Amino acid sequence: MKKSFSSVAVAMAMMVAPAFADNVKIGYMTTLSGGAGIIGKQMQNAVNLALEHQGGKLGGMDAEVVFVDDQRKPDVAKQLANRLLKSDQVDIVAGVIWSNLLMAIHKPVTRADKLLISSNAGPSPIAGENCHQNFFSLSWQNDQTPEAMGKHMQDAGIKSVYLIAPNYQAGKDMLSGFKRHYKGTIAAEVYTKLGQSDFQAELSALRAVAPETTMIFQPGGMGINFVKQWKQAGMDQVSKLYQVFSVDGVSLPALKDSALGILGTQTWSPDLDNAMNKRFVADYKAKHGGYPSFYAAQAYDTIMAIDYAIAKAGSKDTAKMRAALAAGGIPTTRGALKMNSNHFPIQNIYLRETVKDADGVVTTKVISTVFTDHADSYASACKF
Amino acid sequence: MTMTLILEQTFNGLQAGVTLFLVAAGLTLILGIMDFVFLAHGAQVMIGAYAAAAITSVTGNFYLGLLLAIPVTFASGYLLELLIIRHLYQRDHMEQVLATFGLILFFNELIRIGFGPAALYSDLPPSLSGFVEILPDTPYPAYRLAVILAGLVLALAIHLFVSRTRVGAMVRAGANNPAMTAALGINIKILFRLIFATGACFAGVAGMLLGPLTSVQPGMGEPLLILSLVVIIIGGIGSVRGAFIAAIIVGLVDTLGRVFLPALLRLIIDQAAADGAGPALASMLVYILMAMVLIFRPTGLFPAKGS
Repeated sequence: MKKSFSSVAVAMAMMVAPAFADNVKIGYMTTLSGGAGIIGKQMQNAVNLALEHQGGKLGGMDAEVVFVDDQRKPDVAKQLANRLLKSDQVDIVAGVIWSNLLMAIHKPVTRADKLLISSNAGPSPIAGENCHQNFFSLSWQNDQTPEAMGKHMQDAGIKSVYLIAPNYQAGKDMLSGFKRHYKGTIAAEVYTKLGQSDFQAELSALRAVAPETTMIFQPGGMGINFVKQWKQAGMDQVSKLYQVFSVDGVSLPALKDSALGILGTQTWSPDLDNAMNKRFVADYKAKHGGYPSFYAAQAYDTIMAIDYAIAKAGSKDTAKMRAALAAGGIPTTRGALKMNSNHFPIQNIYLRETVKDADGVVTTKVISTVFTDHADSYASACKF
Repeated sequence: MTMTLILEQTFNGLQAGVTLFLVAAGLTLILGIMDFVFLAHGAQVMIGAYAAAAITSVTGNFYLGLLLAIPVTFASGYLLELLIIRHLYQRDHMEQVLATFGLILFFNELIRIGFGPAALYSDLPPSLSGFVEILPDTPYPAYRLAVILAGLVLALAIHLFVSRTRVGAMVRAGANNPAMTAALGINIKILFRLIFATGACFAGVAGMLLGPLTSVQPGMGEPLLILSLVVIIIGGIGSVRGAFIAAIIVGLVDTLGRVFLPALLRLIIDQAAADGAGPALASMLVYILMAMVLIFRPTGLFPAKGS
């Protein structure tokens, strides 16, 4: 009996060899401590949910995920990337919220001939001239989302806009992306302190100018502060507020009703109508008692993309997985994702509004599609 | 038009100043009187904000939240001194820095375990969510006016307490010469503990008042800590009066600088360069001010210790 069982096992192992012979190890880097810890927590939840949905296997291989906390510091990120590659010997490095951290680990990981898959950051240098074939983005290139905001406001016939962003690289990138399609008057371009918590002085200055519209990029806690103080100062009577990356599943629980009606652009929304997204949002809500943010959705997509790549390649060989991902058609919560020549997604960008769902919980809803199959503007400069 | 904007920004600066004073008042006494380097004062701001937000969300009453959060912050300061801080007085400053830096991490993690990493919901009390016309056609948020008022009332109370009461005289004596104060039979240990707890309480009140304006999240008090250290250096270590005046100066310089400096620079250099340099320079202003004070009046504007 025992003998026959083992011979059956051997026979099965020979038929679907990788499933038994191999396991895959993923190093997942995100920010779990500090003020941005909530973002990392949501991403971790989503990664674990994806593994659960796949029964702990990715592409048929037993999967193990090593989570590391980059503390939002580039030097820490670099050390951790080295640790993941050398001592943990992971097959794939994924995650990364911040552009400056992704820049820090881009070279070490891609040069080590491992895949680096971003769940969020998409800085322009690695989308253009400094691109590398081992890098994939499962999120977006930084400019794409504000480009859509600019396009929407241009099409809506808005005459003037007042821009506010934190004084650092991503802040400047976002505003330059916005201006690519917006051709109206820029009433002012105000840069605030990174991590600023009180915006009343900026709001007073804005009230004096009284621009037709205001567009902000204030991610994380800054977005909560800005929107809260905007409402408290009665600014809705002065100007109409638009935003990118400032009102999302991370900030809405703290903002609640004060964020209602605010428009923004995003590549994902909890109400996107496809089976994978419905399952993801429903199970995430059931398990964690609140809506997932786009960060969580992209983390979920990252794991699903790895599952897809291994299954399609039939192995965890870097070159084979790379070919599988580069061909596109990756199943995600945004539908089947197309890949550009620089390994950044070609995808729809939606206009979202903050609304209440049937249970009275504040969330975002897609109003319209601003761009269909939008490609970033750096791909032509990328030669592998 | 410009005058009303300047007036409005002055109010904004005042509001930043009085909140800063509430944090700095306790810290200047802890540094000045107890000669103790305490970096975890920002955690008291966070504890105050969380206590008020949590109690408000349970009771549904903002004022009850404030009222009940005050003893919570006093107790947290009292216990902290009793359990940890008093063992550190005899250590040198470097060890105090390390230990109290550790406390920052501890409190942030404790809050995260208790309330989760997400920002807590907190909003204005309905009775103060309106506007007051400070000038015709210049509405100003009522809550921010209330914060300014509350800050000024508390500052006056602290001033009267320190300058008119017997315990206040002990505090002043302690700031001037702690060894002599102890030699005169004043129980300096109890005095220290009460100063510490009261200081924590004031920082907590700053957090409670800020809660509805900013996001209540782990580590929220740390930016305030750095600015309040600047305030203490400008005002003179150990001087409550100095802390008040310096806090108002820092609040005004920071706020007015942030708004008007980029505009002023645009008159001199071209727009793109001004947009880049303006905010960077504005965020440096208070530190430049501090450096000037250190050069010309190294003991601060209102030094507490007699020379």
